[in-house]
Amino acid sequence: MAGTKEIRTKIASVKNTQKITKAMEMVAASKMRKAQDRMRAARPYAEKIRNVISHLAQAHPEYRNAYLEERDNVRRIGLIIISTDRGLCGGLNSNLFRETIKHMKEWDGKGLEMDMVIIGAKAVGFFNRIGGNVLGQATHLGDEPAMEDLIGAIKIMLDAYREEKIDRLYLVSNKFINSMTQTPTIERILPTPPSRDDRLKAYWDYIYEPDAKEVLDHLMKNYIESLVYSSVVENISCEQAARMVAMKSASDNAGKLIDELQLIYNKARQASITQELSEIVGGAAAV
Amino acid sequence: MAATIQVDIVSAEKEIFSGEANMVFAPAIMGEVGIAPRHAPLVTRLKPGVVRVQVPDGEEQSIYVSGGILEVQPHVVTVLSDTAERAADLDEAAVLKAKEEAEKALHNREAKIEYAEAEAQLAETIAQLKAIERLRKRSSS
Repeated sequence: MAGTKEIRTKIASVKNTQKITKAMEMVAASKMRKAQDRMRAARPYAEKIRNVISHLAQAHPEYRNAYLEERDNVRRIGLIIISTDRGLCGGLNSNLFRETIKHMKEWDGKGLEMDMVIIGAKAVGFFNRIGGNVLGQATHLGDEPAMEDLIGAIKIMLDAYREEKIDRLYLVSNKFINSMTQTPTIERILPTPPSRDDRLKAYWDYIYEPDAKEVLDHLMKNYIESLVYSSVVENISCEQAARMVAMKSASDNAGKLIDELQLIYNKARQASITQELSEIVGGAAAV
Repeated sequence: MAATIQVDIVSAEKEIFSGEANMVFAPAIMGEVGIAPRHAPLVTRLKPGVVRVQVPDGEEQSIYVSGGILEVQPHVVTVLSDTAERAADLDEAAVLKAKEEAEKALHNREAKIEYAEAEAQLAETIAQLKAIERLRKRSSS
């Protein structure tokens, strides 16, 4: 009977797709857990550095590091944009790009120019299509990004900032709220005004070796690097969470599709049997 | 009286060591330093070398660091370890690599951003996603 075979093939193909999306969902779930562990592991380092920096800045108000100093005249902005390397993660990247474009348009309207450093293949593809001044990029970091892979990209921006080619540096990435929610954020990382926390009021001071300036310079560089690194790690958590959800809904949709097709198939089968029967009965009556 | 000091050795990628110690030795940039409990507050850079931690049961743990920062407070020692060998020329090489990749991937394109195009593209993608979402909600209710 016509149609039933086609429906059967269709069901089989949807089932295959469902198998794949289910597998991807489970892989993403386990990867997300690992990524979250890495996210947690990266936290103490940044916290410690932040503590030492605010302490240093407080104890030495006379020494100003370029990274801490607010510039009055902002002409050019640097952006470090962190996206995923792979797709199939729902609207994660699109939402991030939309937020970015919104801000960029605003800055553009104010006559500010922008330089970008891009992390992640998806952002490379996107900015390749729409244009923009890209200074550097880092892609294919894998599930366990290594700091070495990011150093170059970050240093481009740090150098540009020190040479006053850019006056502000923003970090664009997804923040992990929970496994259902990830929000795109644009965060200013340079200059970082030190927190004027009164609890940290310095009644004591460190002994510095070799001296406060060199230690602070080194710390600031490491701090920015660790900020970017932890954002990259967090973005991977977001990617896996978003992929998990996207793949879950894909599997559910496939399940629904299969149910509907099964129903159609059963009806078609029943109709063909009924028709055959009535033909036989009709034939017998004619004899 | 507890004559121990809390030691935390962390890198940007992970926590390497955390625990109590009788004494810590670290390769500071001006020469090796030994930190006993109640040491005066100190911040110094480290050069590549071995941090030795004497844990209370008499054992000694050696941890290799490729540079970093040592922060000492009377009861806490923190080693902020660099994750990799850092040398100026290596950093330069990394910069060149990042730039080269960008140039390779982004040839023949404009520095001017096509905002309209970008917004149109994104609006389309997001509309698609929303449509899928709505469809799902309707079919499940």
